[in-house]
Amino acid sequence: MDMNTITAVVPTADPDQWRPGDAWLAGGTVLFSYGSSVLTRLLDISTAGWPAVTVTDDGIELAASATIAELYELPDRDGLLRRWPALELVRQCCDSFVASFKIWNMSTVGGNVCTALPAGPITSLCAALDGVATILMPGGGSRRVPVAELVIGDGRTSLRPGELLRSIFLPSAALSSRVAFRRLSLSNLGRSGVLLVGRRDKEGTLLITVTAATKRPVQLRFDAHPEGSDVPEPAAAVVVPPEPAAAVGRPDAAALRAALGAAIPADLYHDDIHGLPQWRRDMTYRLAEEIRAELLAEPAGRQPAQSPAGQPAGPSTGRGA
Amino acid sequence: MDINGAPNEEQPRPGQCLRTFLREQGLLGVKKGCDGGDCGACTVHVDGKPVHSCLYPAVRAQGRSITTVEGLAGPDSLHPMQEQFLAAQGFQCGFCTAGMLMTAATFDAAQKENLPRNLKGNLCRCTGYAAIEDAVCGVSTGQSGGKQQLGDNVPAPAGREIVTGRARYTLDVPAAELPGLLHMKLVRSPHPHARIRSVDASAALLLPGVRAVFTHLDAPGQLFSTAQHELYTDDPDDTRVLDSVVRFIGQRVAAVVADSVAEAEAGVRAVAVDYELLEAVFDPELAVLPGAPTVHCDKDAALARIVSPRENVVAELHPELGDVTAGFREADVIHEKVYRTQRVQHVSLETHASIAYFEDDRAQSDGAQSDGGQSDGSQSDGGQSESRFGANGPSEAGTGAANFAGRLVVRSSTQTPFLTRRSLCRVFNLPEDRIRVVAGRVGGGFGGKQEMLTEDVVVLAALRLRRPVQLEFTRSEQFTAATTRHPFRIRLKAGARRDGTLTALQVDVLTNTGAYGNHAPGVMFHGCGESLAVYLCPNKKVDARAVYTNTVPSGAFRGYGLSQMIFAVESAIDELAADIGMDPMEFRRRNIIRRGDPMLSSHPEPADDVLYGSYGLDQCIELVADALARGRERYLTAGLAELGPDWVQGTGTALSMIDTVPPRGHFAHSRLCLLPDGGYRVDVGTAEFGNGTTTVHAQLAATALGTRADRVQVRQADTDLIVHDTGAFGSTGTVVAGKATLAAAQELAGRIRNLAAELSGVPAEQCVLGPDAVDCAGTLIALAELNRHAEDRGESLESEGRWHGSPRSVAFNVHGFAVAVNTGTGELRILQSVQAADAGVVVNPRQCRGQIEGGIAQALGAALYEEVRIGADGRVETDILRQYHIPTFADVPRSEVYFADTTDSLGPLGAKSMSESPFNPVAPALANAVRNATGLRFSELPLARDRIYLGLREAERAADLAAAREEQESADGRRRARA
Ligand SMILES: Cc1cc2nc3c(=O)[nH]c(=O)nc-3n(C[C@H](O)[C@H](O)[C@H](O)COP(=O)(O)OP(=O)(O)OC[C@H]3O[C@@H](n4cnc5c(N)ncnc54)[C@H](O)[C@@H]3O)c2cc1C
Ligand code: FES
Ligand code: FES
Repeated sequence: MDMNTITAVVPTADPDQWRPGDAWLAGGTVLFSYGSSVLTRLLDISTAGWPAVTVTDDGIELAASATIAELYELPDRDGLLRRWPALELVRQCCDSFVASFKIWNMSTVGGNVCTALPAGPITSLCAALDGVATILMPGGGSRRVPVAELVIGDGRTSLRPGELLRSIFLPSAALSSRVAFRRLSLSNLGRSGVLLVGRRDKEGTLLITVTAATKRPVQLRFDAHPEGSDVPEPAAAVVVPPEPAAAVGRPDAAALRAALGAAIPADLYHDDIHGLPQWRRDMTYRLAEEIRAELLAEPAGRQPAQSPAGQPAGPSTGRGA
Repeated sequence: MDINGAPNEEQPRPGQCLRTFLREQGLLGVKKGCDGGDCGACTVHVDGKPVHSCLYPAVRAQGRSITTVEGLAGPDSLHPMQEQFLAAQGFQCGFCTAGMLMTAATFDAAQKENLPRNLKGNLCRCTGYAAIEDAVCGVSTGQSGGKQQLGDNVPAPAGREIVTGRARYTLDVPAAELPGLLHMKLVRSPHPHARIRSVDASAALLLPGVRAVFTHLDAPGQLFSTAQHELYTDDPDDTRVLDSVVRFIGQRVAAVVADSVAEAEAGVRAVAVDYELLEAVFDPELAVLPGAPTVHCDKDAALARIVSPRENVVAELHPELGDVTAGFREADVIHEKVYRTQRVQHVSLETHASIAYFEDDRAQSDGAQSDGGQSDGSQSDGGQSESRFGANGPSEAGTGAANFAGRLVVRSSTQTPFLTRRSLCRVFNLPEDRIRVVAGRVGGGFGGKQEMLTEDVVVLAALRLRRPVQLEFTRSEQFTAATTRHPFRIRLKAGARRDGTLTALQVDVLTNTGAYGNHAPGVMFHGCGESLAVYLCPNKKVDARAVYTNTVPSGAFRGYGLSQMIFAVESAIDELAADIGMDPMEFRRRNIIRRGDPMLSSHPEPADDVLYGSYGLDQCIELVADALARGRERYLTAGLAELGPDWVQGTGTALSMIDTVPPRGHFAHSRLCLLPDGGYRVDVGTAEFGNGTTTVHAQLAATALGTRADRVQVRQADTDLIVHDTGAFGSTGTVVAGKATLAAAQELAGRIRNLAAELSGVPAEQCVLGPDAVDCAGTLIALAELNRHAEDRGESLESEGRWHGSPRSVAFNVHGFAVAVNTGTGELRILQSVQAADAGVVVNPRQCRGQIEGGIAQALGAALYEEVRIGADGRVETDILRQYHIPTFADVPRSEVYFADTTDSLGPLGAKSMSESPFNPVAPALANAVRNATGLRFSELPLARDRIYLGLREAERAADLAAAREEQESADGRRRARA
């Protein structure tokens, strides 16, 4: 819709240009969707000329201004998916948008994370892959923060006024892991009510990231080397559950349930039209268990432990899939 | 930028989206369904890529190349996708079509393989997507040849206009035709109940472009109802154009009129209102308790026609047939339960909108809209009044307002142009010849446009400012400040004997009409009518009340109360059948009315003008039962019967009956004439909003006149065309207006035959009308020649037809579902969906099937997802489409549609209505299927996955508890026995 209080669109990606009443304009699909009666200027970052995706040996850097359409193309790049199997999450997450492929031509990675909806699929993707955000600050300088900590509540981020998300870095270690993806919605292809991503890396660490069901991302990390020093700093949102030494990195169903219970208090489950909190809670437990079973199944080959939730064995006459 | 191949130098405003910019450049094919990215109606291509133009910053389009629907193909040719949408008639109202086309035109073969995913950004509320799927995949559903008469799949005459984006909807008036157009925005109440102490508009009036601010001090004192009925006395007079008391969050407080929408919005923000807060009540159960806050206690009960303003009761009903107490005594099983239906919104893709302007006295009134809708080329006299009206100016509107030159024209998105004119005249105290109401093509109605929600306030402003004024609702205003379906609370008790005889049926109904009583009595009465009358049960009792609360008003909605009541009644029938161990269809067969039985809802006397013009309920039941059996067979042979450990399966059915015409008179008038080229033109009153009546009129006339439907032009929905038409609601487009047109056509056919007989000397009985000529026993006389003859004699070959909507007949629908439910997640999957309809003689099978498919889809939305949620403070929480999920392509299964073979003796050429009713049996059939699958009765809508899951878990827990208790008791028993 028209944003009738806007008096200027300024092409800039400089946080020093920001003043109260300004908003960073990325794809504009949130700004123009909800409109505003208070904003006065839009600072257009699409003109900054940041390369959308930068691939190095260390990992992948996604510019905040990369469009979802550009991200969706990423797994098609030569050999990338073979090298980093976790990239299979990219399409699963993009397809978790209610927004159609048309919106993807405009909407951006950064716009999704900064909008901070519980059902933000790019938040799910980046949090699950230990994504670290680079944030440009007014007055010069930048800071880095895990995506799982950037989103702190329904529609809330830890960005301070004027701060600009520049990019998100996905480390190679995470991209190399085996992953499992589960999602439920109240309607076919509808808004995610529950979205869980599981990851098991080469060291044997199991990481389960809960999004959509909860107001902010919640991560359960079952470290293979609880004392190990090469493990990245655990983010504040990450709960390291106490484990018996034998179950290191390999929680059983009861340990998983206990960890979920400890990590997610009842009021952290999101309550809106897209799912009742009790349903979201039970589905979180259900999908987490499916992921645990799938990722811990031996040998480490990729074979879903059971038919994923919501997928009956046979096809149906309904169109929804 | 470059638009459709032409350079454009205009500079967009900084915060402008591409959609409004393109419309300002005259590209009116770019539609607004939501303005928020959800519906896709605004889809255009930017450098070849499809985007939602309502989200696209217009400044970014500079230097790029834009294609809109107008530029998809050359000026005289069609893009293949446009051809396909025509061949499959992939539209009804057509408001979504440009966006659908522009999206689908970019699809490659792989994308067409996955339409659920690739069309999820395009919403259609009318079709149920089946015809759209056909269109996108290139399936043609037309037939070649055919006489284009009764029973043929005649395409909508407006088709070409729709697929090229040229069809003119309400606001698609080129700017040049309305110079000086002003825009209105409304100040809306943030409080659920308050008295307005004062409105300070001084700051707003100082803003650039703001022309006026109107408040209750400017509004006429006449109370009215936004509901439109043939008799205005059917609804309470409880509404003012602008009131000094607000009764729900979102009610109009003041109207700001400015040169642009942006300036009007700024004006709204600057208006300061001082409210005295009043106590509010949101729950109808609380509203009827003694001491509850009263919503309309300032009204006189008799004058306003409100049963009891002190008790918040608008209308009530307490009849009894036979003796239910005795009936329950006779019963072997009794089912008792409270059923609830939620608020749902129509979500017609075109929002409410209207423009009021002045017609030059000399202007010809030939701007009538034909289905295909060229705009009415009349000019306004705008521009001479620059004076500002202070907020506290004298109240003069409505008194002596007729003192203006020219005529006031109101162009509106309405289902009832004639009734709206009547209401405007009543409110503003104007004679009918001073107001003309026209509808362009209407982008969907579903009952929501049987209301006057915008016209009154634009007329107020236009009369005061002497300038054309436009008001367009946003999608959020549709949710928060238009109307919804009435929520019903139905306490139901039903009894049956083991032999399958229904012995008693009792309902206690509370309907929530919200802050205003528009349609409250009608919906309550109608709801308790056919839903009960379809069962032959000697003992029935109804206690019903329609109650005010401080919430967004309810109003007319497809089904008009029946869908709510049928949900409860059909659920109860299913429960009784289960209780006595009888197949529910068999139970129904034993208890439904049969031809000749009196149709008694709960009054001992039947309505004297409802007759069995035909009866096809028995056929519908068998059609559905057979189809479900075939479906089961298909699944078994395909080896698909087992879905996995978490899945349980079941089937469910429900039926519905509807009178073909609303009670107490429904009038239609048609004018027909032979044109010089041998074609015909018929003028009718009903609006075209995708209901397909235009085609039906053309086909009925063509059949009587021996011509082809494409030789019959239809003009419609303009108060200048004919004398009166009650409107297109209550499913009357075919049976009432169609009957008037048929009468006119039959009369004209007779006159043409007589003239041909006279000229040829052949007896009139031997003169046969054809598309071009009359065949007089072998001698052909061209129709054009006959027309000339008539003209030479100073005669014209014209006729008129009228119908007053009585006696009425009954139509039936039966729906069946096979479903699977995942007990671990609550997912409900529809395996088979079947509907059988008794529509009499089907005038246009493809179109009628489209109405049914669309009705099923809309009903699935209401059954599965949709709910206008009201928070604890009375505020509507679901005010955008992302919070109010309507079915997308992915949500709607293909339904099998069957027609009963009947001919109605009362309808035109045997036809009956079939527009509202397909909606009615869907929700209960689904709930019954879920009951059959899970053993659990869901008595509240929607049947969302989370609720199904939690319901199952609750039942499981209850069962565990019961088992534990039993265990405990038997252990206790054992212990006692031992002791
Ligand atoms: C139809 C539709 C469906 C949608 N479905 C979903 C869905 O299923 N799940 C979901 O999570 N979201 C959904 N969204 C919203 C969604 O988050 C986005 O569309 C999208 O990813 C936002 O990106 P954008 O670039 O368009 O954001 P913009 O509109 O440009 O910006 C969004 C907000 O983030 C700020 N911002 C943007 N970039 C930056 C940056 N680099 N640094 C700091 N602040 C920034 C902006 O100032 C603004 O406040 C949907 C939107 C639409 C229109
Ligand atoms: S109007 Fe743009 S998506 Fe609905
Ligand atoms: S035809 Fe699609 S919305 Fe009416």
